[in-house]
Amino acid sequence: MMPPHSNDLVAKAERAERRWATVAVVVITVLVAAASFAGVHQATMPQSRVETADPRTLHIVGEFIESNLGSALEPDGSVMVRVVGQQYAFVPSCILVPADTLVTIRATSADVVHGFLISDTNVNLMLVPGYVSTINTRFSKTGDRLMPCHEYCSVGHEGMWARVKVIDHETFRRMAANRQRLSCAPS
Amino acid sequence: MPLHKRLILCHFWLGFAGFLAALVLGEWQMFIRSPLHAWIGDPEWYYRAVTGHGTAMAYVLPTLIAMAVGYFMTETSLQRPLTGVRWAWMGFALALLGTIVAVLPVAAGRASVLYTFYPPLIGSAFYYIGIVLVVLGSWIWVALMSVNLRLWKRENPGQTVPLPMFMNVAGAYLWAWTSVGAAVELLFQILPVALGWRSTIDAGLARVFFSWTLHAIVYFWLMPTYIAFYTVVPRAIGGRLFSDPMGRVAFALFLIVAMPIGAHHLFEDPQVGGGFKYLHSVFTAVVVLPTLITVFTISASVELAGRLRGGKGLFGWIGALPWRNPIMLAVTFSFVLLGFGGAGGVINMSYQLNTTVHNTQWITGHFHLIFAGAIVIMYFALAYDMWPHLTGRALTCYGLMRAQLWTWFIGMLVLTFPWHWVGILGMPRRMAFYDYTDPNLALEAIPVIISVVGGAIVLVSGFLFLAVLISGHRAVRAEPGVYRFSVAVHPPQRMPAALNGFGLWLALMVGLTAVNYGFPIVHLMATPGTAVPAQQVGLLR
Repeated sequence: MMPPHSNDLVAKAERAERRWATVAVVVITVLVAAASFAGVHQATMPQSRVETADPRTLHIVGEFIESNLGSALEPDGSVMVRVVGQQYAFVPSCILVPADTLVTIRATSADVVHGFLISDTNVNLMLVPGYVSTINTRFSKTGDRLMPCHEYCSVGHEGMWARVKVIDHETFRRMAANRQRLSCAPS
Repeated sequence: MPLHKRLILCHFWLGFAGFLAALVLGEWQMFIRSPLHAWIGDPEWYYRAVTGHGTAMAYVLPTLIAMAVGYFMTETSLQRPLTGVRWAWMGFALALLGTIVAVLPVAAGRASVLYTFYPPLIGSAFYYIGIVLVVLGSWIWVALMSVNLRLWKRENPGQTVPLPMFMNVAGAYLWAWTSVGAAVELLFQILPVALGWRSTIDAGLARVFFSWTLHAIVYFWLMPTYIAFYTVVPRAIGGRLFSDPMGRVAFALFLIVAMPIGAHHLFEDPQVGGGFKYLHSVFTAVVVLPTLITVFTISASVELAGRLRGGKGLFGWIGALPWRNPIMLAVTFSFVLLGFGGAGGVINMSYQLNTTVHNTQWITGHFHLIFAGAIVIMYFALAYDMWPHLTGRALTCYGLMRAQLWTWFIGMLVLTFPWHWVGILGMPRRMAFYDYTDPNLALEAIPVIISVVGGAIVLVSGFLFLAVLISGHRAVRAEPGVYRFSVAVHPPQRMPAALNGFGLWLALMVGLTAVNYGFPIVHLMATPGTAVPAQQVGLLR
């Protein structure tokens, strides 16, 4: 029944075990090192600061009042986009951004938890009421993208889709010269 | 021999009844939101079904199976009758009552909050009370596992705890501690609001508490599967367990590192800082280790079986394996699905890659591979292996069992691969409707239809499983003999104290959780103005 086991075979089995354990530890170390390197060197750490915003007073005070929502050209040439998610729409419902420009998105929720995702990009956030979500990104191509809410936010969740319109940098600058806050939402 | 057969059977049947009902709901959800079906008119039905599916699959099925397997393992591996049978029945009664109390408001459309709760959305208080009752029932089980091990140790001083019982109690302690997160969320945050005593809730803090439970609960689901890998599979296929101590090391590692990693569900959340997200990401990488150890030990045990059956050469042992044995098929399918699911998990753990797939259908595909695939397939195998010992009747419909396992495996692949693909395309989870006429979504239509077909295959397999179990109750009476466990190549004589008890591992488990969760929790509790108005879910009717 049993293979004849001598000390030789036992030693062989232990060697195999040890080799595998070494391989496992090396694989894990490489994975962690790769993520750490990309995180620090390429500045791809997950959003790191905890900021709060009271959903009861969003519309009255602070950066998320309605007239301040949408895209703004900052003095340093980057673009700041402020968005509010609420049942069952984003405000603004169409976000206008320039291509090849640093874009900072700041968003929060006016009621429950929402998700924030722009298709074909790495923009992906949770909007939790009471807190401000932030992400930096850069759009490399012009065109239209979808922006669904990806977290269940009660029974109208499936209708909560916005759009993102990426236009070329110069057109955006010209438009920004005339208006403080830009969006492509029908007014 | 299991002595309290009816107790164990009741647990199995409650778990599997919930499982089959949830299976039907799952396929219905996939169908109505696919291009094969028009807009359903009232989307609330869809979210109601998702809540029912998740609650039954995530809470009822695995908890009841873990309890059933736990009682079975206690009596068979310790070879003494279960102490506290009356308490065990009380635990079962609580689980049954809890299931009913939770399911009724869900069915009535008063608690469509999904099984992950999502405050500040609030559903009927009965839904949460029901889940608390199920968890209370499982805590009685945890206590019984601990007490029975202690009594056995007193009767057998200095002896090595049998491997099945060691693993079983490790799973029980893991569950006791991981369920604390959701219990705190339910008892101190959600229920006071659901009962009308408070009107605001800190949604961010609630998500942190839920993440405490949300990841390690997967390892609790996994425990019966891993126990089967180590203690049942090698025996069932005619092999030997390659290493007994490595099994103990793997389970001890699960205890330590399954817990302090839950914030990897919160990588895109605003209420946890980047440092702790990084820390949880690193610990998530470490949790790969016990699984890699298991893959090695079990593959080596299977190779031994092949060689004992006359297989020769580098790969010859594979052909010599008992491929007509359902347990052999089950462990193979489970490993393949665990491989795909695990690779996806490593992607999710790396936060840069996670931003591409977070909360998309990719995630649904990932956890269906792990839970519905790798884990549940071994629940089937455990039931097939234990059934003759519980019913006292022969279970010999091997052809039907093989058909069931094959359909489940193929169905799972056809179901989950398209989900991964549409997830990469950016398709969000859990929506009652997708407008496939939108040019940006049109690409997703075909894969979605393929996954509906996969779901249908899985549904058929679920009912084949039911047929096997029922045929087991109707077969001829047969004495199944003593229930045996895998024998290690070198049966352990003396185990180091650390691998014969849990003191060290429990201390590390609690300590590491405190380190990785302490600051984020205290920080949010100390931050003013984070409580937001709660909102009753659903439509006012």
